[in-house]
Amino acid sequence: MTQIELSGVQKYFGAVQVIKDLNLKIDDNEFIVLLGQSGCGKTTTLRAIAGLETIDGGDILIDGKPVQHLKAADRDIAMVFQSFSLYPHMSVYENIAFPLRATRKSKAEIDQEVRSVAKTLQITDLLAKKPSALSGGDMQRVAIGRALVRRPKAMLMDEPIGALDAKLREEMRAEIKRLHIKQGSTSIYVTHDQIEAMSLADRIVIMHEGVLQQVGSPDDVYSHPANLFVAQFVGSPVMNVAEASVTEKASAASVTVGDAATGFEFPRALLSKLNGHAGGKLALGIRPEGVIVRHEAADGFLPVETQIVEPLGSFDIVDIKVGSRMLRARTKSGFVSGPGERVFARIDPAQAHFFDVASGRSLGVRL
Amino acid sequence: MATTMITTLDRSSRAAARGLSDISIRNLFIIPTILFLIVFNIFPLIYSLGYSFTDFRASTNAPANFIGLQNYRDLLNDPYVWSNFAITAKYVIISVAGQLLVGFGVAMLLNRDIPLKGLLTTLLLLPMMLSMAVVGLFWKLLYDPSFGIINYALGLGTFEWLSDPNMALYAVALTDIWMWSPFVMLLSLAGLSAVPKHLYEAAAIDRAGPFYTFFRITLPLVAPILMIAVIFRTMEAFKTFDLAYILTSQPTAELISIRLYKMAFQEWQTGRSCAMAYIVLIMVLAITNIYVKYLNKVKER
Repeated sequence: MTQIELSGVQKYFGAVQVIKDLNLKIDDNEFIVLLGQSGCGKTTTLRAIAGLETIDGGDILIDGKPVQHLKAADRDIAMVFQSFSLYPHMSVYENIAFPLRATRKSKAEIDQEVRSVAKTLQITDLLAKKPSALSGGDMQRVAIGRALVRRPKAMLMDEPIGALDAKLREEMRAEIKRLHIKQGSTSIYVTHDQIEAMSLADRIVIMHEGVLQQVGSPDDVYSHPANLFVAQFVGSPVMNVAEASVTEKASAASVTVGDAATGFEFPRALLSKLNGHAGGKLALGIRPEGVIVRHEAADGFLPVETQIVEPLGSFDIVDIKVGSRMLRARTKSGFVSGPGERVFARIDPAQAHFFDVASGRSLGVRL
Repeated sequence: MATTMITTLDRSSRAAARGLSDISIRNLFIIPTILFLIVFNIFPLIYSLGYSFTDFRASTNAPANFIGLQNYRDLLNDPYVWSNFAITAKYVIISVAGQLLVGFGVAMLLNRDIPLKGLLTTLLLLPMMLSMAVVGLFWKLLYDPSFGIINYALGLGTFEWLSDPNMALYAVALTDIWMWSPFVMLLSLAGLSAVPKHLYEAAAIDRAGPFYTFFRITLPLVAPILMIAVIFRTMEAFKTFDLAYILTSQPTAELISIRLYKMAFQEWQTGRSCAMAYIVLIMVLAITNIYVKYLNKVKER
């Protein structure tokens, strides 16, 4: 049972503020992923929770007790490092036993714990080997084993699979998830890979330049991004964002992208939901799967020309030209034969997002 | 194999224009060195091996008589020589252990972010850069019973460091420690800074205390380089001559090399001293071999 709470955490490196007033509450057994670009402060946040960095303001509470003045050793938190940080001169067994030996547990107890963790991670046959003789994936298993063996209050993971190749990353991702479900401990995981974040997290915490942008379930973050940064950071292929103007038409609203001649048709409800922002500078955000493309003309579809086609196997990403703007649409593979084809497109109002250009904030329109 | 390592000469180069081939250039550089080595190292080495089986004395005109292993037999039966060996062993152990403790300790202190670290390190290295004879001469002044600063600073009155038979060897060892600890420090510093920082972080997370971290992480990872320092310092300490010779004439501080010097150039027992030199050589080789074996074992981990 471990809850971790950050309240008003501030951190400076010299004159640069790397964490700006961070507030976050993590529940027991929750799997939290800190997501952001490199240099956004996510690793620093994690290291501050672990006790490897001091903070310049605010509180870090573990189970309600402030721990910001405690040393790492006294916080009872385990951490898996990106570089694995296995002790090179010790065997796998000694590596996993290290946290237990450091706290002077009995030999029999250590042996039992190490073997049971090794069994869980399926590394029993590696126990006698040195880290240098292991593959990347096995090194990571050992590092996780070393963190798990002492049953810590919380598990922190700093891009633990970032150094592995793509195929192994996918395997280890699944393994970490399986392990979390089985062992169930409060976990904080740092990554810059949004796919990793989406697949692992109970809740994703998105950071940018030291500021928390949005906290929410993967679905929530994907479907209702709080601002333009989150909208463009989460999701692959990236969401289309274009300046747009909303006008009133006979029975509906019309959303014109950039300087296009005609606008896309939207339900009339949009006007009221925009809450008077309709006149201001707006940005339309639409994920590629929200741009619907068809070959025949139909009601509400605008004629457009295809530009580049990126075949991605299970689907294609087609650039279509709307006015002078490019929108990326997701189609079935082979749906469009190539550049210069004339097709018809519309935007799915349910998947459209509207942002205030000045603040970048989402206007929260849900149609 | 070796020839494939040599890159061919550029056809248009001046050397090529003068008609020098790769091989002749190689010879031009290497042959003088090899000749030098043969004349001044290898030839005396082999020649003295020959002398060690004779009763030759360089001070007389008498021809050398072959006496077999008599010199070796005499030397190894001489309790006086054995006491020299015992003194030398004591000296090596004290001085190398002292250098390890001081050198590694200072390296631990320096292995953090402190202002003027570079300058401090350079200044600490100074003793190592001085000549042995100079160090011997001014430590003689420092140790001086009547006006030496050591007695003055420690309030020891007229304590005789160098003429006290029980103290002389320790005084020489102390000087050696002062002079060569920086060498151990330099190597240790290189070893310490090569230990990845994230291992210390991992150990902190794993709840290891400072002593546990030191003995389980720092020391094992620095051990190989420390071992190299020990090998170098043991060999050097075994051969110590100038420092001890300048500092004291106490028989209790008569190292094997001083005994050797006296035998060869004061008593003119050339043949016997050659035999002794060989005994010392074999001993140094044996000790070094043990170390190297151990070093390889440490490195394997």
